[in-house]
Amino acid sequence: MAENNCLTLKIITPGRVFYEGEAEMVEFNTSEGEIGVLPGHLPMTVIVKPGVLTITEPEGEKEAALHAGFVEILPDKVTILAEIIEWPSEIDAARAEAARERAQERIHEHASDTDMARAETALLRAMARIQVIR
Amino acid sequence: MASMRDIKRRKGSVQSTQQITKAMKLVSTVKLQRARASAENSKAYFNCMYQTVNRILARVGSLQHRYLQSAGSGKKAVVVISSNRGLAGGYNSNIVKLVTRHEGWDREDVLIYAVGRKGKDAFVREGYEVRMDLSDVVEEPAYPDAMLLCGELLKAYAEGEVGEIYLAYTAFKNTVSHVPTLLKLLPVEQAAESEGEEPEVPMNFEADDEEALEMIIPKYVASLIYGGLMEAVASENGARMQAMDNATNNAEEMISDLTLKYNRARQGSITQELTEIIAGAEAIS
Repeated sequence: MAENNCLTLKIITPGRVFYEGEAEMVEFNTSEGEIGVLPGHLPMTVIVKPGVLTITEPEGEKEAALHAGFVEILPDKVTILAEIIEWPSEIDAARAEAARERAQERIHEHASDTDMARAETALLRAMARIQVIR
Repeated sequence: MASMRDIKRRKGSVQSTQQITKAMKLVSTVKLQRARASAENSKAYFNCMYQTVNRILARVGSLQHRYLQSAGSGKKAVVVISSNRGLAGGYNSNIVKLVTRHEGWDREDVLIYAVGRKGKDAFVREGYEVRMDLSDVVEEPAYPDAMLLCGELLKAYAEGEVGEIYLAYTAFKNTVSHVPTLLKLLPVEQAAESEGEEPEVPMNFEADDEEALEMIIPKYVASLIYGGLMEAVASENGARMQAMDNATNNAEEMISDLTLKYNRARQGSITQELTEIIAGAEAIS
């Protein structure tokens, strides 16, 4: 029975296989909003937005900061192709905080030469990092 | 016949060269193992990416999209991955030849995005326009580098400056076989359809087709460039290892040849001295 409640999660980055294992639920942020994937989901491909990735394993929860990539969802299998992803232990808290302030400043100033989309992504990224550490 | 001193000096110089080539061979063997491991690690990502993109392409079929049809400009951007250092046999010249001897490619129509100093220098010499030089990347390719290069390429493509994008790199088949390869990055060719392979499940996209293409194709291109970089680094070290192995063997051969010559010369001089002494002694008595 336990087998049926789990889906195989595989997280691949360009440099390594980041995670491979069984999960009861996977939650992350996409271009259309935050979603949680349970076993038996409709086949779907979604695009990642910076946010917190939560993996619910039978033994407990794991979190990571997922910044870019896309996800392929099949009923019994989820494959995350992540361009950038970090475990909490790999994040530098001070740097993330500084990046958040910088991005916020840029958005507030709203100068004509700032790339707003880029600043917003930077802010989202920094916030995802900070959230994961907490 | 060269004098004993000359032969000895020559032998010494060959020996010290051999020491260098031997050391270089060992260094590139170690580097090859590392490069190969990371090239294999990146394969998983690349294969998944390839499957997904093919699945999307199979679905959208003949959608009118700028990533699927050429924008019209006849110019071609070519990313050429070579090495920063020489002494790698034909590694660099093969990859340069692949581009310069390509049929139907005029010098004026090709923009070079060089990764690797040796390749860049060769193209400058040949009179090509080198748009960008990212030679430092070859030392230790990282994914952000591929993303940066990809961003530049897509910008040129979106502005209509170039109509096609190619990647020239040396594919790593195994330790002894490296094949210079030219890969078309954009517009994406729909090879998936001809294979006639039906995806086992219909795939849905949260975003619409066009949006999905817009997001995924850049990632696809970046992953191809990254994969190319990883393989090229492995090939470079493989080529260097082979070249240095040959050099070491040649030096070995030369040394044994010179040793023989040296011994002959030594024996010759001893014989000559003896004859002179005997002749001198006979003359006195």
